[in-house]
Amino acid sequence: MLQIKLFAKAREVVGRSVAEIPWLDGQTVLQLKQVLAEKYPGLQPMISRLLVAVNNDYAADDAAIKTGDEVACFPPVSGG
Amino acid sequence: MIELTHVPIDYHALTESVRSSQSGAVVLFLGTVREMTEGRRTVALDYEGYPQMAETKLAELEAQARSKWPIDRVGIIHRLGRLELGDISVAIAVSCPHRKQAFDAGQFLIDELKGSVPIWKQENWDDGTTEWVHPV
Repeated sequence: MLQIKLFAKAREVVGRSVAEIPWLDGQTVLQLKQVLAEKYPGLQPMISRLLVAVNNDYAADDAAIKTGDEVACFPPVSGG
Repeated sequence: MIELTHVPIDYHALTESVRSSQSGAVVLFLGTVREMTEGRRTVALDYEGYPQMAETKLAELEAQARSKWPIDRVGIIHRLGRLELGDISVAIAVSCPHRKQAFDAGQFLIDELKGSVPIWKQENWDDGTTEWVHPV
């Protein structure tokens, strides 16, 4: 299983701050977004803008994720 | 010095913390909660952060700024939680030998912070609705 921290509107539409999904090591960021959008349809409208961070750094769509990585998913940032 | 906080930012102490006899210029930037946005009235902003990654990214920004300008000291504090009109959401203080370096480094830090540090804000409009802010 892979745990995904959720923030801001992603957390709000999913209704929880951590999601958990079955995971095979080597699957990519893009696959993660697809699985999340399937499990949580509320994410569908924002899927193209969702960002994924792995171990506290932004990860590209083709980056591989393994269980044990710290993974987070969130919309574009708006601090300041 | 990099910090996320839920209490009001002491920007006087932050400014003092970057002053030194090596620096001829100190620049302080404050981001504050604005009432009007495109004709709509804000009553409060709620800030949410991903603290561990935010601190990592802020440290990276400091390192990038130090590679571009001869920075003496730098302090960045971002507030999280509910902020009312006029409250300070972010404070950045930079000291450098000369003023242009300090201005440029300060501008770089706030611009990059807004683009890459995982913090989000939600508008609380005066009609009772809320809305996550989308970056332009």
